[in-house]
Amino acid sequence: MNAIAEDITRMTGAMTADDLAPLRDFSGTVGDFTSPQARMVCRNVDVHYGDKHAIKNVSLDIGRNEVVAMIGPSGCGKSTFLRCLNRMNDTVPGCRVRGRITLDGQDIYDKQQDVVPLRAQVGMVFQKPNPFPKSIYENVAYGPRIHGLTNDKIELDALVETSLRKAGLWDEVKDRLQQPGTGLSGGQQQRLCIARTIAVSPEVILMDEPCSALDPIATARIEELIDELREQYSIAIVTHSMQQAARVSQRTAYFHLGDLVEVGETSQIFTNPSHKLTEDYITGRFG
Amino acid sequence: MSSSVLLLALLALMAVAYYAGVKRAVSAAGGPAGIKHLHSLPGYYGFYAALWAGLPALLLLGLWASLQDNFVLSLVMAQMSPDLVSGLSDGQLSLLVSDIQNLARGNIVAGEVTPAIQAAAADYGRLQDLATLALWVLALASGLGGLTLAWLRIAPTLRARNRVEGVVRVILVVFSSIAILTTLGILLSVVFESLLFFQKVSVIEFFFGAEWSPQIALRKDQVGASGAFGAVPLFAGTLMVTLIAMLIAVPIGLMAAIYLSEYASSQVRSWAKPILEVLAGIPTVVYGFFAALTVAPLIRDLGEGLGLDVSSESALAAGLVMGIMIIPFVSSLSDDVINAVPQSMRDGSYALGATQSETMRRVIFPAALPGIVGGVLLAVSRAIGETMIVVMAAGMSANLTWNPLESVTTVTVQIVALLTGDQEFDSPKTLAAFALGLALFLVTLILNVIALHIVRKYREQYE
Repeated sequence: MNAIAEDITRMTGAMTADDLAPLRDFSGTVGDFTSPQARMVCRNVDVHYGDKHAIKNVSLDIGRNEVVAMIGPSGCGKSTFLRCLNRMNDTVPGCRVRGRITLDGQDIYDKQQDVVPLRAQVGMVFQKPNPFPKSIYENVAYGPRIHGLTNDKIELDALVETSLRKAGLWDEVKDRLQQPGTGLSGGQQQRLCIARTIAVSPEVILMDEPCSALDPIATARIEELIDELREQYSIAIVTHSMQQAARVSQRTAYFHLGDLVEVGETSQIFTNPSHKLTEDYITGRFG
Repeated sequence: MSSSVLLLALLALMAVAYYAGVKRAVSAAGGPAGIKHLHSLPGYYGFYAALWAGLPALLLLGLWASLQDNFVLSLVMAQMSPDLVSGLSDGQLSLLVSDIQNLARGNIVAGEVTPAIQAAAADYGRLQDLATLALWVLALASGLGGLTLAWLRIAPTLRARNRVEGVVRVILVVFSSIAILTTLGILLSVVFESLLFFQKVSVIEFFFGAEWSPQIALRKDQVGASGAFGAVPLFAGTLMVTLIAMLIAVPIGLMAAIYLSEYASSQVRSWAKPILEVLAGIPTVVYGFFAALTVAPLIRDLGEGLGLDVSSESALAAGLVMGIMIIPFVSSLSDDVINAVPQSMRDGSYALGATQSETMRRVIFPAALPGIVGGVLLAVSRAIGETMIVVMAAGMSANLTWNPLESVTTVTVQIVALLTGDQEFDSPKTLAAFALGLALFLVTLILNVIALHIVRKYREQYE
């Protein structure tokens, strides 16, 4: 308990610079949930679905050039939390989000904030690859088109190519850009979805179990890609696979029944967890 | 005794057989504790026994009921003195037969009752009674025989479930073939009547002739009955009314579907959708007089106000009302198709910062388009075949015109006109209805095949 109390004191100190509302008690979160170069800052986030209290007082930062993995048993709220970060929960009826989430200091739940530019800045990749039933080219060009990012066909072509290259898909599809995106393999489709997200130049990319529908080889390919993307983007990834969290992330957050139980350096979480629940989960005692 | 009583008796026998079968199976297994040693659940043994008891007897009953009358009649007629029967035409012979039948059943007889007919009627009645008795004996014997056979065969090793399921499968096949065979029968009857028509009127004249005047002179000196069978004005009229209907129904139905599936809250949807679908439940005859009594005069007054010459029965009125009638088809089918676009498509689009309308226009609508086209084609084939509205509102005169304010006629209207009233069933005028029906059938069939093909192809897209 002493360690936690110390942590809280330290964090509260770090917090003043962020000019945040007075902190509530950070319930039981063990470890340092702040990041030295925070991109997104979440404080005291509560999410209710109707009567269900899905996320309880969670605070977490997502820093520049880092991959934050969110792990935990099914139904622990990690996906819900992720979907708060680009306000995808807005479309869920009966969902209420309280607390403060900022992107580069700007409150994303502010009344002035429009979700359209927010979602361009905070992209998302889903569990099941969901390319649009359009050509590969059109899939990638979709975002730039709706946001008016390019002026002419040449720029758009270039943007599509860069995005596909960054997603590591260009060499495989460059000769068949006009073919439907749905005709690609599962792993290629997921990389196409990543390329589509990259094309609108987001700052943060959220990934909701991006490999759970893929085979091991495609998974390895995506994991490599995540590591490369870290150079340019902040990434938050929800995963069921602890090995994946260990492989791709720098920091890991362990959720349990809506609580953020423990956050820390990935190596520390997996080798020397502080909280009993984290340890039990990681050693496979439940989950 | 009538065969319906026999039917009830057989059903009762089947019920008895069911319980007997179950009991027999359980006792063969050595009581309720031994049920697990049976190959099938006891109920299957019950059905097995019931099928043995009932099925052969029911088949016999059906066969007997369809053949008994003819068989008895042929016996009666064979016994009649040849001089009474010979020299009669087919029509006269069937009159004689119905006299005999009526007399035997105690009905009023049309013709004169001679002693010969009296005797034949008595003969007929006696033979009928005999045949019915024989049927009873045979059916009950076969039922009891089947029950006994099943009783003897029931043993723990009997694969009763497989047998019963085999029979059920055959029954299902029979019932589904009834629907298919009926369609085939309708098609064949239309085709054969049309062939008769095309022997009298050339195919070229029918499909390319521009004059439609099906009245045929009954007497040589009758005027105004030329008998021209060029169906082009009918096809043109049908096309125009359908086109107007689709111009109304497709935009309105589609917009309604988009609103209901994407924008409306669930409360709005829960009452708006049923109301929209009530439109589909209104009888077409009601639409018909709405078109004829309300819309057509409205259009005429409006047209006269603008200085246009509008006939009181116009293609526009019929098309407008038909369009309203079709709206629920288009909206309901489109709604289904739009809802079938997976939520993940919407999520993917929203996650890229697309607005609801961008998502609709650029992702959902293109994805749903093939299905929507399929739905629209189904609506077109429905509009082409629609009859009541056009009968009441479009008119009878076969004008070949592009002016929607004039009265036109459609294929369906002419079929109605050709077949109402007293008709000779071998005149080209009557047979023309079948040729028109065939043309209609082919067009809607082709449209449906295309539509179903498109819809199916679209379904594969997400699987």
